[in-house]
Amino acid sequence: MTSRRALKDRILIGLTFVCVVIAIVPLATILYYVTVRGLPAISLEFFTKVTPPPSVAEGMGNAVQGTLLLVGLATCIGIPFGVLSGVYISEYGKNLFGRTVRFFGDVLVGNPSIVFGLLVAIVIVSPTHGYSVVAGSVALGTLMIPIVTVATAEALKMVPNSIREASTALGVRKWRTSLLVVSNAKSGVATGALLATARIMGETAPLLLTAGSSTLWYNGLWRPVASLPSYIYLFGISPFPDWITLAWGAAFILIVIVMGINITVRMLTRRRSDAGG
Amino acid sequence: MGARRSRADATFKVIVIVFASSVLVLALLFFYEFGSAASQTLRLGLSFLSGSEWNPVDNVYGVLPMIYGSFVTSAIALVLGVPVSLGVAIFLSELSPRTLRAPIGFVVELLAAVPSVVYGLWGLLVFAPFLRTYVYPSIQSYLGFIPIFGGRLYSSSILTAGIVLAIMIIPIVSAVSRDALLAVPNSQREAAYALGATKSEAIQMSVLSYARSGILASIILGLGRAFGETMAVVMVVGNTPYISGSIFSPGYTLASLIANEYSEASSPTYISALVEAGLVLMVVVLLTNLAARYLIQRLGRNREAASYL
Repeated sequence: MTSRRALKDRILIGLTFVCVVIAIVPLATILYYVTVRGLPAISLEFFTKVTPPPSVAEGMGNAVQGTLLLVGLATCIGIPFGVLSGVYISEYGKNLFGRTVRFFGDVLVGNPSIVFGLLVAIVIVSPTHGYSVVAGSVALGTLMIPIVTVATAEALKMVPNSIREASTALGVRKWRTSLLVVSNAKSGVATGALLATARIMGETAPLLLTAGSSTLWYNGLWRPVASLPSYIYLFGISPFPDWITLAWGAAFILIVIVMGINITVRMLTRRRSDAGG
Repeated sequence: MGARRSRADATFKVIVIVFASSVLVLALLFFYEFGSAASQTLRLGLSFLSGSEWNPVDNVYGVLPMIYGSFVTSAIALVLGVPVSLGVAIFLSELSPRTLRAPIGFVVELLAAVPSVVYGLWGLLVFAPFLRTYVYPSIQSYLGFIPIFGGRLYSSSILTAGIVLAIMIIPIVSAVSRDALLAVPNSQREAAYALGATKSEAIQMSVLSYARSGILASIILGLGRAFGETMAVVMVVGNTPYISGSIFSPGYTLASLIANEYSEASSPTYISALVEAGLVLMVVVLLTNLAARYLIQRLGRNREAASYL
């Protein structure tokens, strides 16, 4: 009897380990395929040439350029709005308005990204009659705002109240005190902003509805633009082997950047929290 | 001097309030724009939600097949993904040696960092053909007598989308339920051991039941993720607006409908039909997130909750 219970115990414990393996295998195979199929597509031409017609092996430099442009502009929207909203929630938000902002921030964080794309498509793309860099950046930027807001508010909450009290007791004004709190939490705020940047870098669905796609280099803020994620999608579902190879190449570049940011940030924050604890 | 300083104070406060309002404006914009665009399709009435024919050429818009597809793919994702995620969570919180805990947690979290379009590419070109060739035939040969496993086999199907979604929700479900398990006081475990329970019995008896609302919250969050996921699904679900009883058939979801058809939507009615599909999607995800938020707040761990929503 006892040995049967012990056996059952061992089996159930073994099953949880199997679950861990099942969870890790997809990550490993994705990384394997993206590397094995994507790496051969990477060459100097990949970055310097524009989108080819099918069956001509060229590059997707315009997509690299487009992604850098879209993400760069989006962070100009997402980081200031997100960080300052987070400062408001944490330092000034002990009232109904603050709680409301926090509530909607939480709600918007969980909103599917395609819905952000749809909103920007209605508000910007339709009235201006076309896909554009502006619309794409606004879509990614608004997607970023709630993520950065919530991350900033959480980081600022970790700052001990004694710092605010000491600052106030020395006669420092509220706004300087708030900046002091931000500078105390700056690595937490930066972590949130960086992870949000990595997140929007891989976002595809909003771009399909806002930035569209283009086979040319960037040629104006109100023109459509190519991007790595939209090319992974458009080339990936195409029937042409050359394009599919390029899609794997784009996936490789994207994974390297996104995983690189994630791993670096998490390593740095882990070391800090280890040192702190 | 004093006056200037207090003016600086007031200015700063106004600045942060203005920026914070952006979050509210954004939320209101969602409801206003979606509401007004959707009101155009209200003329279609309930047939929009209950109609099972989607035929833009003839101006017939019924999203029932997409609602069905969204719910079925999410349900498959939960059925397959939740047990694995709970196993991971239990391993990480109860069983893992200390040295393994951080690295394994880290690797599982990295699954969440893979862009969804890369899941789609891998799903379309590697995983779906693999399932179609090696897995689906044997499932059908054993379970083919049940209607949902009947019919022809396709590599792009409801089931393929569900399996890919199951992989994609593992990070969030396991992270939230791991935190719920870690919040269980040790006295719960000790009480079970004192009664002579083995490790797995202690987990079943006291740990899991103590953490059940946190685990429920993690499942609901996973549902919201699966429901709103777009790119991975649009690449593997087949994008076919029909309700077929079999999960081996291609299907469609609300999110993949919008991604796939928005660029070719030409008439205003077509566009507002897609926007209304977006509204349905947003409302469902909103409700799941509110439910999860409520459950986690009841646990008194709302701080952690926010970072996962």
